[in-house]
Amino acid sequence: MSTGVAAQPGRASATSDPGERPAVRTRPRYTGRRIGGIGVTVLTWVVVFLFFFPVLWMIFTSFKTEQAAAQFPPSFITHLSFDRYATVFQRGMGLYLANSAALSILSTVAVMALAIPAAYGLSVRRVGRWQDLLFFFISTKFMPVAASIIPVFLLLRVMGALDNLWALGVLYIGMNLPLAIWMMRSFFAEVPYAVVEAAQIDGASYSRELWRVSLPIVAPGAAAAALICFIFAWNEYFLVNLLTAVVARTTPPFLGSFVDGRGQFLAVLSAASTIAVLPVIIAGWVAQKRLVRGLAMGAVK
Amino acid sequence: MFGNRWLSRALRSRPGFRRVGMRQTGRHRAALVAGVGAASLMLTVSGCAGFGNLGNQPGVTTITLASVNNPQMQDLATLLPEFEKAHPDIKVNVIMMEENDLRNATTKDVATRGGQYDVMTVGAYEVPMWGRNGWLTDLTAKAKADPSYDVDDFFKPVQQSVSYDNKIYAAPFYGESSFLMYRKDLFQKAGLTMPAHPTWQQVAQLAAKLKDPSQDRAGICLRGKPGWGEQFAPLTTVVNTFGGQWYNMSWDAQVNKPGFSNAVNFYVNTIKQSGERDPASFGFTECLNLFQQGRAAMWYDATSAAGTLETKGSPVAGKVGYVSAPVVKTKESGWLWTWNLAINSLSKHQQADWEFVKWATSKQYEQLVGQQLGWARVPPGTRQSLYANPQYQQASSAFAGLTAQTLRSVDPTHPGVDPQPWTGIQFVGIPEFQDVGNQTSQQIANTFSGGESVADALDKGQQIAQIAGDTQKREAGK
Repeated sequence: MSTGVAAQPGRASATSDPGERPAVRTRPRYTGRRIGGIGVTVLTWVVVFLFFFPVLWMIFTSFKTEQAAAQFPPSFITHLSFDRYATVFQRGMGLYLANSAALSILSTVAVMALAIPAAYGLSVRRVGRWQDLLFFFISTKFMPVAASIIPVFLLLRVMGALDNLWALGVLYIGMNLPLAIWMMRSFFAEVPYAVVEAAQIDGASYSRELWRVSLPIVAPGAAAAALICFIFAWNEYFLVNLLTAVVARTTPPFLGSFVDGRGQFLAVLSAASTIAVLPVIIAGWVAQKRLVRGLAMGAVK
Repeated sequence: MFGNRWLSRALRSRPGFRRVGMRQTGRHRAALVAGVGAASLMLTVSGCAGFGNLGNQPGVTTITLASVNNPQMQDLATLLPEFEKAHPDIKVNVIMMEENDLRNATTKDVATRGGQYDVMTVGAYEVPMWGRNGWLTDLTAKAKADPSYDVDDFFKPVQQSVSYDNKIYAAPFYGESSFLMYRKDLFQKAGLTMPAHPTWQQVAQLAAKLKDPSQDRAGICLRGKPGWGEQFAPLTTVVNTFGGQWYNMSWDAQVNKPGFSNAVNFYVNTIKQSGERDPASFGFTECLNLFQQGRAAMWYDATSAAGTLETKGSPVAGKVGYVSAPVVKTKESGWLWTWNLAINSLSKHQQADWEFVKWATSKQYEQLVGQQLGWARVPPGTRQSLYANPQYQQASSAFAGLTAQTLRSVDPTHPGVDPQPWTGIQFVGIPEFQDVGNQTSQQIANTFSGGESVADALDKGQQIAQIAGDTQKREAGK
């Protein structure tokens, strides 16, 4: 390893004549702190690998044959192919992905559009009885979804809105809104009031104060809240399984449909799952960039 | 922008903030608006409700089929263009689901009169109950009106399983019974012979001789995973042949009575002595994998397993022998399960629905599958004529004859020693049985680890079952 001080060009030129080898080559010194740092790095990689291993295994399994996928102990040397991916798309996964994308994006945008002003009104510019309102929002999450599914189903049936993406979107907004309001409220609570006052002194309107002054400061938090809402909407299974049939079906029940009570299905299910997690990974990546940039700005901290 | 100027002033030390923030915010907002706009536009174009109705055409009747995901139904979905070619005015939308999801979705739909599904794959457990409730269309007249459909070609027990009060409420698409599968090569090596009609005691003795811990091989694989359709499918057939039953004719639960108790003790002890490790996690799929990898000498399960075991590339293809389900006090103890195509009584396109159901359960469909996908992939277990077809016999010679024989001889109205007040072999045809079977199987699964005795498990099962039995008594008294 070339970790010694002499191996570093700057240091070498400072301690010896140009073009000459240093007379004394300093030996690498591993202090306790450095060893500790390396240990933490190694441990981090081990933990990351342990967490990532199931995903890696899923991707590897998606290229195997069904028989090889079911084999135990598993074999690493096996015939790999894209056949399972072809099967997944033959079953029409594109339409399910389109439904999932439309539903997740639209519901997340709607949730954030409603949650941001609501949270602002509950933290920075507090409305009357704001604590009661906060409790009301979170109380809508108290009842298990299973307990309300039959009334919801009957209501949608009467309205002719079964198997309808818009109806499902309204339900997802109701599902994610309390969460987003609570998250955004805690972020807005961190905004220095001096910033808001400065805007008010310069005559900013209420909406400018919210959207142009306060919101950019809590952008990392907004990105995190939006990401969570997107993930919840993308992964939602219960409502979509019971309230849709064909037209508005999304990806999660489609994945479930690969479970076959009389056959082997691990490889094809892994292929479908691998495709299904890609949009979430992309959304996480986009939000992460926002998060990092926002933190670097550092107005809140 | 305007707001960021105040922000800069307040923070006093962010020279690059305004410019970067403004550009990024503008770009971000444009991307967001474009994304939302595109999603909304696509959604509106697709008819407002979702993308699943893309491709629907005016003048064409679209029917929705809710189907279980099994290989036979996947083949049906593949061959749908053939149906739509012959019926250009009908389009079939297939939605496949895992078995439990399908059961939840379709039960909720028919019970609340939702009308989301026109045609559904309905199991033998539900057809009589749903027929009695008026949730399914009576197909008797339609099926008998067309001589080419040949409704009498279906095995009689299969017909019984889709009938209530002598009316046919569904068309059988796929049928299976159960039999014992064993490794002929291992038997030969050990100098053992499998009787053509073994008893359970003989099977337990053979399993004890064939288990080989050094090879990580179980003597027999039997399902232990909790669930009314998992553990209790094979176990109820064992109960039946041991002289036990879930209920007597008065709906008194019989779960802790000698017949039931002897059967469960035998089943649990056989697994403990010669079965797979960790039996509480073994259902059909796990046993299939174990047996296919050569790590079990015998397996008692569905006749449909033979197709996977004998498929090209299977490590045990050609090495497996098949014999009737083991017995004790009855002559026969195989189960009967069918997946059937039923029409929702609320469907608005009854004639189109029937055209599709008739096509998918006809002899012509069997010919189509045989010619296009291969005879081994024809949905088995419904029509007797299939088993007389030389091409099918050739493709499934190892197990076809025994399957047909079993399907002819099982009796879903009287499978055990004593008479029963419901139709069904490995299940009780009442809505509460799913819960009764699930809870009781959980208790029995606890006995594998020694956490509970079989007697205690069955005492709890008796209490659970009697609650459902009392409901039946009340309904019978009305």
